[in-house]
Amino acid sequence: MPDLGRYAVEVLSAYGATILLLILLVLGSIWRARRVLRDLREAEARKEARS
Amino acid sequence: MSIWEYANPRKFMSLSGAVLPWLSAAAAICVVVGLIWGFFFTPDDYRQGSTVKIIYIHVPAAILGTGTWFMMVIASLVWLIRRHHVSALAAKAAAPIGLVFTLIGLITGAIWGQPMWGSWWEWDPRLTSFLILFLFYLAYIGLWEAVENPDAAADLTSVLCLVGGVFAVISRYAILFWNQGLHQGASLSLDAEENVADVFAYPLWTCIIGFCLVFAALLLFRTRTEIRARRLKALIQRERMA
Repeated sequence: MPDLGRYAVEVLSAYGATILLLILLVLGSIWRARRVLRDLREAEARKEARS
Repeated sequence: MSIWEYANPRKFMSLSGAVLPWLSAAAAICVVVGLIWGFFFTPDDYRQGSTVKIIYIHVPAAILGTGTWFMMVIASLVWLIRRHHVSALAAKAAAPIGLVFTLIGLITGAIWGQPMWGSWWEWDPRLTSFLILFLFYLAYIGLWEAVENPDAAADLTSVLCLVGGVFAVISRYAILFWNQGLHQGASLSLDAEENVADVFAYPLWTCIIGFCLVFAALLLFRTRTEIRARRLKALIQRERMA
């Protein structure tokens, strides 16, 4: 860990906020993709069953 | 062979599916290397102390905040002129990514500004136009959600995107338009006198490339989701009509 001196709180909070927001963006994208894919497969299965 | 062939959703899904794992791996490696290099292996600045390390997240995020909007403007123009659905869905998929990068730029800028300027926020031309751009992102995402018909939503959001493009340009070049405000000029430019020292510039370029790769990977991933969501919506509408 580098010595951040008197600005340690500022630097660490900037990095922490960035990493947190990027993780939320990635997880949110994955969560929505899975939900849409699951619903699409169910809708296509219903369509197959009807035809 | 034409670039417009990839506006076909099937071709887009096939190509993006093949490219995405490699792009995601490259993005992760580049960002991790850039941030570790910048955070652990660069010296403090003689005036800014260790706060200079914020440059490795603030500058790439700010570049992507405005850059994403420019990409959305191009995709919106393609939609308005050629009516390719993939381009409208790509613009829709890009908006939350741009929103997050803009928010990161605003937050890290405030955290950096407090010890350097003695203020979390100033109504400086670049900061103000960047905040307006953030509000445009919120409005753009809200408009997509508010309009039921997907084609009408794509039309309206495309027009909003073109209007917001003005603020993206102002945000990017405000420092050149108005010779006032606290925000400094470009950290990296072709004019060598204005550039940051090489010891900071190399990891900074690595982070910029890494953030661009993250954007590209997320854009492909989210556009694939939007294409599936559009198909899902069409299937559900057909079910209701049957």
